[in-house]
Amino acid sequence: MAFLSPEDVSEKYDVIVVGSGAAGGQAAYTLSMDGAKVLMIEAGRNYDPRTETAMFNTPDQAPLRGASTPDKPFGFYDATVGGGWTVPGEPYTNASKEAGREFKWWRARMLGGRTNHWARHALRNGPYDFKPRTRDGLGFDWPISYEDVAPYYDKVEMLIGVYGSNEGLENTPDSPAGVLQPPPKARIGELLARQRGRTLGIPVIPIHRAVITRPMDHAAIPAKLHPGNATAQRILAEDMQNRAACFWATQCGRGCAIRANYQSTTVHLPPALATGNLDIVVNGMVREVSVGPTGKASGVVYIDRASGREHRASARVVVLAASACETARLMLNSKSARFPNGLGNSSGLVGKYIMDTVGANWGGQIPLLESLPPHNEDGAGGLHVYAPWWLYKEQAAGKLGFARGYHVEFGSGKSMPGPYGPVVPEDEGRTGFGVKLKEDARRYYGSHIGFSGRGEMIPNEDSFCELDPTAVDKWGIPVLRFHWKWSQHEIRQVAHMQRTFADWIEAMGGKNTKRPDADGTHAIANGGFIIHEVGGTIMGSSASNSVTNSWSQAWDVKNVFVADGGVFASNADKNPTLTIMALAWRTADRILDEMRRGNL
Amino acid sequence: MSTPVPARIDRRVAIKWMLSAGAGALVVGLPRLGAGAAPAQGPAPAGYGVDPQLLAPHQAGDYWPLTFTDALRRQAAALCDIILPADEHSPSASAVGVVDFIDEWVSAPYPACAADAKVVLAGFIWLDAESVKRFGAPFADASAAQKLALCEVMAPEAPAGSPLGEASAFFRRFRNLTATGFYTTPVGMKDLGYVGNVPLARFDGPPADLVEKLGLTGEVAW
Repeated sequence: MAFLSPEDVSEKYDVIVVGSGAAGGQAAYTLSMDGAKVLMIEAGRNYDPRTETAMFNTPDQAPLRGASTPDKPFGFYDATVGGGWTVPGEPYTNASKEAGREFKWWRARMLGGRTNHWARHALRNGPYDFKPRTRDGLGFDWPISYEDVAPYYDKVEMLIGVYGSNEGLENTPDSPAGVLQPPPKARIGELLARQRGRTLGIPVIPIHRAVITRPMDHAAIPAKLHPGNATAQRILAEDMQNRAACFWATQCGRGCAIRANYQSTTVHLPPALATGNLDIVVNGMVREVSVGPTGKASGVVYIDRASGREHRASARVVVLAASACETARLMLNSKSARFPNGLGNSSGLVGKYIMDTVGANWGGQIPLLESLPPHNEDGAGGLHVYAPWWLYKEQAAGKLGFARGYHVEFGSGKSMPGPYGPVVPEDEGRTGFGVKLKEDARRYYGSHIGFSGRGEMIPNEDSFCELDPTAVDKWGIPVLRFHWKWSQHEIRQVAHMQRTFADWIEAMGGKNTKRPDADGTHAIANGGFIIHEVGGTIMGSSASNSVTNSWSQAWDVKNVFVADGGVFASNADKNPTLTIMALAWRTADRILDEMRRGNL
Repeated sequence: MSTPVPARIDRRVAIKWMLSAGAGALVVGLPRLGAGAAPAQGPAPAGYGVDPQLLAPHQAGDYWPLTFTDALRRQAAALCDIILPADEHSPSASAVGVVDFIDEWVSAPYPACAADAKVVLAGFIWLDAESVKRFGAPFADASAAQKLALCEVMAPEAPAGSPLGEASAFFRRFRNLTATGFYTTPVGMKDLGYVGNVPLARFDGPPADLVEKLGLTGEVAW
């Protein structure tokens, strides 16, 4: 069993998993390791990071020095294949073109989906993050708590490998002893930001990232993850030995041929395939979930992208893991006599409450970091440290004017020069040329720091997706139309980010070349731009206030589950991927239990 | 590549298109200007697509035709090498392929590149005209001191619409393209002191004496 063409797909599956990214990969892993027969259908092409990743290529080996283009918006060597902000032949629309009302949707069309290029930030939601309405009266509480998810965070961290430390900070959970891998040393600019951040009350600690800094503990972890399952333990132990620890070079966003970071294609799928229980169809664009006479899902209908032909696959259970918005689209497009408004949509809430992360950037030049002696600052191919949200008490006391927090990601140092902007920025008044430009470049290269705020958005009635009444993709499948609106909570949060970052630049001895935007309206990134979109099939306490129950199971169709970020009832400032995987594992465990009990 | 490569565009033709097309029509790249206004060029070149081959090193011209004439290449090289001349640390910009990069950039079928093509080509025309006016020779044939003098004229920031606005915008854009082209090569990276992109057995963080010099020893906590 392995990669199949549509013609070879039989009718013997327990579970169909739609999508192969963080959610689909985790669901397929958990199900197949426990013996379930799984068919995964991925809309994009097959993709193997071990042979396709341009690890050490320099920018001069790429067209346009690897610059961002509409074909490769994150640069030529970004791992994303077949997509980006646009996917040829697969449009989406926006209801409004007004500033601040647009939603941008990043999609990949490849095995492993967006896990191939993601930043690998693997932060846990904290206890507050599952009960936000209880704390401030806004948005929704989840029907589950941190304690329900914590054991799955532990398991996912052990399986994929996450570096970080336990700092005991408020709503920033520690992991149990022995779960995390050692964090990398901080770079010089990060140490300076830590020292000067302290004067502003901002804590700087190791970030948690899905990159392994030591070989995986193949002797101990498999038994912890798969107790009583000797086959699963053997397969995982073998696979873990084929993952190398980080060799401290190359950007994670290109993907990792040595399997040191997490991508579904290097961590979830190889052991799942090794069980013999997982089949994968690539280039399969799922159009709808089919429904049988009893109102249960019977399988899916999908288009083979190569031939354009329609195929059907059937299973006892369907797991939707296509990404939050694609899953909502699929449910809305699954119309039948029984479900005229789409599958699982009796509440009318499919597509509602789409949330992204609130984002804004700020940067500056730091004289203390000029002309430093050359030393290797590549590190783990991404962030080593960050600042978790630190103003919970001020916020609870109503002092900030916005209800939810943000964390700060920042980058500094002599990273590989790329086509990202002037080497010697003109807005700092340096417009020289000749030998002077070369001297300036040596002096200023590596002396900049860039801050990115990543904040929580509160779900609102004006941010949602629905089927466009007329537009269709190249197969005639109706596409999504997005509606978007930030509330003052997000706009004020961005203004606070900018003020904070400007203060931080000055605390580091730098000078700001512009003043922070007082109201945040212009600084806030478009909806979708941070690529953390969640919601649309939110979980809740009843069939009237949500699409899925606390097991991510559709209220209306009990053999349909949502494993992706669609079920998020809130979108904490923490990057969503780790929580998506933890919930997908929990959902897969539930499916296995319910199949054993004969309930599915 | 399957796109047929047209003959390089004659510079006089390019100038004629620019003068006749008007500023508003010049937001597309030079190759596309040919549609209807010049000998048949075939379809407008596409980009490299959303799933290009990543591993094999690419050469300028692999994906879309380059458009600089020999004369433009000489002019570009002359300007590049005033902006980043050879010194005791590294060679000049033109010695590491920067002219090819800029040619590839202004010839590319992407909106940002097309916008730059408009600025760069207008700048080339201004620069040669100014050089002929002042020194009786096109820029590439002017003396080193004359080239330097012209760059000193263009370098200060001048508002759009002012007499030197176009030349100033051109110079800043060309300076940034030159620096990008230069410092993204292994030679340029070495000059900057970038020493990464090599596998290491361990990552030790910054040197201890540097940490101490900046007063950060107390921050090393993990």
